[in-house]
Amino acid sequence: MASQIQSFMAQGAQMFLVLAVAPAAAGITRKVKARLTRRQGPPVIQVYRDLLKLIRKDSVLAGNASWFFRSAPYVIFALTWVATALVPTFASGLMFNWAADVVALVALIGAARVLLALAAMDVGTSFGGIGSSREMMIASLAEPATLLVVLTTALTAGTTRLPEVAQFLISQPLEIRVSFALAFVALSMVALAENARIPVDNPATHLELTMVHEAMVLEYSGRHLAMIEAAAHLKLVLYISLIICLFLPFGMAPLEGEPIVWMIGLGAYLAKVCFSAVALGVWEVSIAKMRVFRVSEFLGSAFVFSFLAILLAFLSREVLR
Amino acid sequence: MTHGYDVAHFLAGTMLVASFTLLYQDRIFAVLNTFAAQAMALALAVAWQGYVQHHPDLFITAAMAFGLKGIVIPLALNRMVVRLGIHRDVDQAVNVAMAMFLGLGLTSLALLLVLKVTPGAASFTREGLALALAIILLGFLMMITRRNAVTQIVGFMSIENGLILAATGARGMPLVVEVSVAFSVLIALFVFAVFVFRIRERFDSVDIESLDRVRGERR
Repeated sequence: MASQIQSFMAQGAQMFLVLAVAPAAAGITRKVKARLTRRQGPPVIQVYRDLLKLIRKDSVLAGNASWFFRSAPYVIFALTWVATALVPTFASGLMFNWAADVVALVALIGAARVLLALAAMDVGTSFGGIGSSREMMIASLAEPATLLVVLTTALTAGTTRLPEVAQFLISQPLEIRVSFALAFVALSMVALAENARIPVDNPATHLELTMVHEAMVLEYSGRHLAMIEAAAHLKLVLYISLIICLFLPFGMAPLEGEPIVWMIGLGAYLAKVCFSAVALGVWEVSIAKMRVFRVSEFLGSAFVFSFLAILLAFLSREVLR
Repeated sequence: MTHGYDVAHFLAGTMLVASFTLLYQDRIFAVLNTFAAQAMALALAVAWQGYVQHHPDLFITAAMAFGLKGIVIPLALNRMVVRLGIHRDVDQAVNVAMAMFLGLGLTSLALLLVLKVTPGAASFTREGLALALAIILLGFLMMITRRNAVTQIVGFMSIENGLILAATGARGMPLVVEVSVAFSVLIALFVFAVFVFRIRERFDSVDIESLDRVRGERR
């Protein structure tokens, strides 16, 4: 019974932890980018202020917006929040461990994406249509690569449940795994594309012909926009957590942990998120955006990397059996 | 034991990734650099096998792979490219996505085939043979998809990289054969070079499609 209460507490703590951390991750990335281009940049806390301001404002709707357009932001936010809360971050002994399956995660994100694309076309502006069609093109290339990456780790760990994968990887001695290195590269590329980051999309632009994510959310304002923005921040943290969980799980608290172990896990997680946000900022200022039609090549190479990863994992498993 | 396997797996995997990079890359200097990187990975892989299996003669093979294919041949090709004046993009006969998919298919085929055929062999041998066959097939694919004579030479040389990897994994290739293969590759390079310059003199281009006209195909 005590362990059940503990796991419930951990799950609840994690839900609010990711919600609190998400804007900070986006803010740190923004700050790093500004400093590296010799600008002062807004403080990290500015992202929270923006969200609070937007929540307090009324939203302006187009005359022909339907109920779908109005309800989509909340559903998208809810789906993304659930998905992010399922990925184990600081501890693996969470209440909904049984649901933290990678295939379920990909389905949740996919559902949020479909809703976003449909809602973008609801009002009937041409920007929304462009954004949706590009988002779907990116998604159709990114999803197979994501699934292959997680199947690579699942092939090694013998399960697709993230907490068990993480615990398996922690329990193993340190080895050189070329398949994991390839899978890491592939998942990082997919994460850049999914979060509308350079080189696939530029998160800092409005009203440009090459934008993808911003084109879809152009019609939202007020609290609807707050929901969409918060969902975008959460999605960034989701991918960072997924990469941490699959490739750098050290420091994560085990199933039956003492409070002090949890504190260590929490500190390690926060440090890793900070490091990822800084690395993302450095990456974004050091590379140029691609043309939209070259994105398929970028994600195609992510697919090739993930395919090679699963082939090599399969080979070493078969050979060493 | 598993530690030795890990490093061998890592180096052979690096070679496979280099093969895919060769297939993908369409700038000629990048192709040459990737080829040099692949040859150096091969040299390290061979040296590691020599260390693990206690075969000192493999170190000679490694040194030859490093010196000849990691340094001499890329430099020679580099000079050739500069003298031919073809720093521009390499054109491909099939598009990149198609080539990559064919490459993935060939790699899967090679792995499945070798794993099926050699159930009783040692893990080093199976691993080396499977990846070597994949690298050889990718080299063939590169020769098919490229039209530029210089990148076709690189494709040929990467096939030879795969062959040496297979030979070291299987243990038992005598040193004499090794040395003679290495030198015949060097001689092949000279022959290729002479041919490339002749092709250029004759047609003003190193695009081997212009050879089709001589054979009377494609009027």
